[in-house]
Amino acid sequence: MNKREFLRQVVSFLPAAGLLRMFPETAEAKELISAPTADYDPTKHWYGMGVDVDKCIGCNRCVEACKAENAVPEEPFYFRTWIERYKIRSDGETTVECISTREAPPEQAEPEDPNVVRTFFVPKLCNQCAHPPCVQVCPVGATFQTSDGVVLVDATRCIGCRYCIQACPYGARYLNPHTRTADKCTFCYHRITKGLLPACVEVCPTEARIFGDFKGQADRLVRFQRVNQISVLKPDLNTEPKVLYAQLDGEVR
Amino acid sequence: MKIPEQVKRLGTVLAVIVALVLLLRFVILPESFFSAKPHQVATVVREMDKPIQHAGVAACRKCHEDEYEAKYAGSHRNIGCENCHGPSAAHASDKSAEKPRKPREREFCLTCHAYDGSRPNGFPQVYPQEHRPGKRCVICHDAHDPVPPRTPEECSGCHGRIARTKALSTHALLPCTECHVVDEQHLLEPRSALPTKPDSREMCGRCHASGSTDPAASKAVVDLASHGGIYVCWECHYAHLPEGRK
Amino acid sequence: MSGAIPQGLYEQLSHQLSQVIGFIYPNEVETQWAILIVVYPYITGIVAGAFILASLVKVFNVVEVQPIYRLALLTALAFMLVAGMPLQLHLGHPERAYEIFFTPQTTSAMAMFGFVYLWYLMGILLIEIWFEYRQQLILMAREAKGLMKGVYSALSLFSKDLSPEALAFDKKASKVITIIGIPSAFLLHGYVGFIFGSVKANPWWGSVLMPIVFLMSAIVSGIAMVMFLYILLSMLRNEKLDMRCLDKIGLFLMVAIIVDFALESLDYIHRIYQSEESIGILTQLVSSKLFTSLVVVQVLFGMLLPLLVIALVRIFRLNEELRKLLYFTSSLLILLGIFAMRWNVVIGGQLYSKSLRGLMAYKMEITGIESLVMALALLALPFVFLTVLFWLLPPRWMKTNAPGTA
Repeated sequence: MNKREFLRQVVSFLPAAGLLRMFPETAEAKELISAPTADYDPTKHWYGMGVDVDKCIGCNRCVEACKAENAVPEEPFYFRTWIERYKIRSDGETTVECISTREAPPEQAEPEDPNVVRTFFVPKLCNQCAHPPCVQVCPVGATFQTSDGVVLVDATRCIGCRYCIQACPYGARYLNPHTRTADKCTFCYHRITKGLLPACVEVCPTEARIFGDFKGQADRLVRFQRVNQISVLKPDLNTEPKVLYAQLDGEVR
Repeated sequence: MKIPEQVKRLGTVLAVIVALVLLLRFVILPESFFSAKPHQVATVVREMDKPIQHAGVAACRKCHEDEYEAKYAGSHRNIGCENCHGPSAAHASDKSAEKPRKPREREFCLTCHAYDGSRPNGFPQVYPQEHRPGKRCVICHDAHDPVPPRTPEECSGCHGRIARTKALSTHALLPCTECHVVDEQHLLEPRSALPTKPDSREMCGRCHASGSTDPAASKAVVDLASHGGIYVCWECHYAHLPEGRK
Repeated sequence: MSGAIPQGLYEQLSHQLSQVIGFIYPNEVETQWAILIVVYPYITGIVAGAFILASLVKVFNVVEVQPIYRLALLTALAFMLVAGMPLQLHLGHPERAYEIFFTPQTTSAMAMFGFVYLWYLMGILLIEIWFEYRQQLILMAREAKGLMKGVYSALSLFSKDLSPEALAFDKKASKVITIIGIPSAFLLHGYVGFIFGSVKANPWWGSVLMPIVFLMSAIVSGIAMVMFLYILLSMLRNEKLDMRCLDKIGLFLMVAIIVDFALESLDYIHRIYQSEESIGILTQLVSSKLFTSLVVVQVLFGMLLPLLVIALVRIFRLNEELRKLLYFTSSLLILLGIFAMRWNVVIGGQLYSKSLRGLMAYKMEITGIESLVMALALLALPFVFLTVLFWLLPPRWMKTNAPGTA
């Protein structure tokens, strides 16, 4: 199979608007989004993500981009990634709200509460754990971890028993109502294996999300590990998450 | 020893079942039924081949170098094109396909820039009811290089939460410049010229030391020498809300 | 993106989302394991419990309980035949269920299900019943005509040997199978408890005591079901039942309840004493969402009241009719209480967020696959099967047709 046929297959979903006009720039642009994957060696990579909580502005673009990129159902019951808002008062009382399920941002900002000492947004997603409890409990081996560190679901074999959804401590999984199989963030596997960024990282306006490769030579994620104090969610459960958080407040669950 | 008849009967049934199972396993059904591995490999391939919806900045740049250069100079430099223009892989592959959206409605810019107290300090925000209500943002701000038409005068544009907190406090009527020296450059290129912060007890002492004649501070005058030990004032008194709570 | 979700699902989830108190992870709005997964452990629990009761006769030589031996076995079988159905109905892809047999992942407790189920059904229950009924099947085959003659011959596996040695072998084999059957019954229901108990993500489930508590409550429910059926059948047939037997069952039931209650109390006391991070939300869960089903139905009416009644029946020598009535009511309450226990574990574990910051709701659908109607049908089906089994393998046939031989 030559490159042209391969590319044509890869973009075969496109609406056919007359002939496929191959302007030189378009060809190069196309190449960037459909590089052949034959020479990709997964054992040379070990993917992870960095999240800088201080940078998130709570715009929800990542949630929208993820839904568009991965055909996630649009209803507010299914999320591969979402944003949480925390409001922490001086007496320790904390209010958390998921801002991704709301229909639209509020018309007016709430009046300032002087007792709130800290407030911020936290992006959440599948942590692609190195020691994933969801993989452990799958009765048929339909969910598994790839050699490059991404936990995938085989939608042709998943029997929809939902055990993995129960086993995930982070609420990252859901049952896709159309395929009736378990579904979750895949780090946009179809993008990262071509050298692209996951959709959420691509559209984040403030670089609150960093994508990288722990095995990388000159890698954003490795630098993220160097310059930040890192924490992960629920470390006591020993899931070894690969989504690293910087400036993560102790109140975040 | 005579084998009981029951054992013979049950044994036959068991033998038939075992034979059936062995037949199914090793003869009738293909090997791929009995291992998850080949299916996992197939899944990886299938996952890799899923359609791409977002082209990525590098792809957009191939044809839209001008817009890229314009954006690179401004404060939207780190925002991916598709953040605003939506998934554009179809357009990047075939420019005659459906064009990406150009969000010109006011609500679109407001999803990031409408004031929200949880946004980080320093992020530019507006109060939608006060800031040109009804007008589309793109009339005054070029989305690729959104320099405001006039240099902001109020600190609250980027430091909204601090301003709103201060507005509730006894320091409400104090301008920010009372305690922070702000260079003009900070308003144009914030990170290149940071304002100063008070660095001694005497700074607060200007109004709050005993002997101060400031009428507004008359209820909060202390003997600087003895009050607060070795600590600087703001270790206990948050300057933007000195009384602590409402 | 690819079309709207089914209307019923949308309405259920919208309603559940509107009922959220506090904060939940957005994907938690859907109740993953619903009423069918409450029914499943209830049914397998009765299987295990009925079998344990039967084993008292064979292994522990509690002769007083002999009259209900066959009833207990047939009850176990009737419920066993239904046990797999709620699971199959619940799966997103029931047509792929065979994968559990072909590619079981050994790290998953759930992967054990197919094998444990098959082993228990084929290796224990059916063989046990066969040995118990073999003599009768041969005699019935002799007497029957036409199709039924063939059926009974086949059921007896074309066995013909009725010599004393063969009959003695039947008894011995029965005992051996029962001895193997007891740990098998423990495994059949214990692994369900382990499925919940091993989930570290969910503090309501993830506890070392979970498999033990599940098992003990299974035994309680099994004994209660046999007691209930025994009394019900005697009423339907308008016959006298063996009060000595009933009293003995009552004794075992009482002991089982005491142990079960002690274990469940231990769980709660331990949680409250240790006061880990989850205690706040779990206390809220019990006092608000689960108050009626846990405190009132499961504990008060489902365990303490029947326990008191049975204890009183034993202390005060009441007349037979009153004892029967009280046993009947108690067993019914216990059956409801154990169902509530399954509900409180399965649904209860999904009514609070893993963020420990919020509570959700579960709105059970009335009709549909995962629905009240389906649950009731699945709970009624074992009784239908039992009726068929009673017709096919009448428990007291030997007494009337071949007296002096059993």
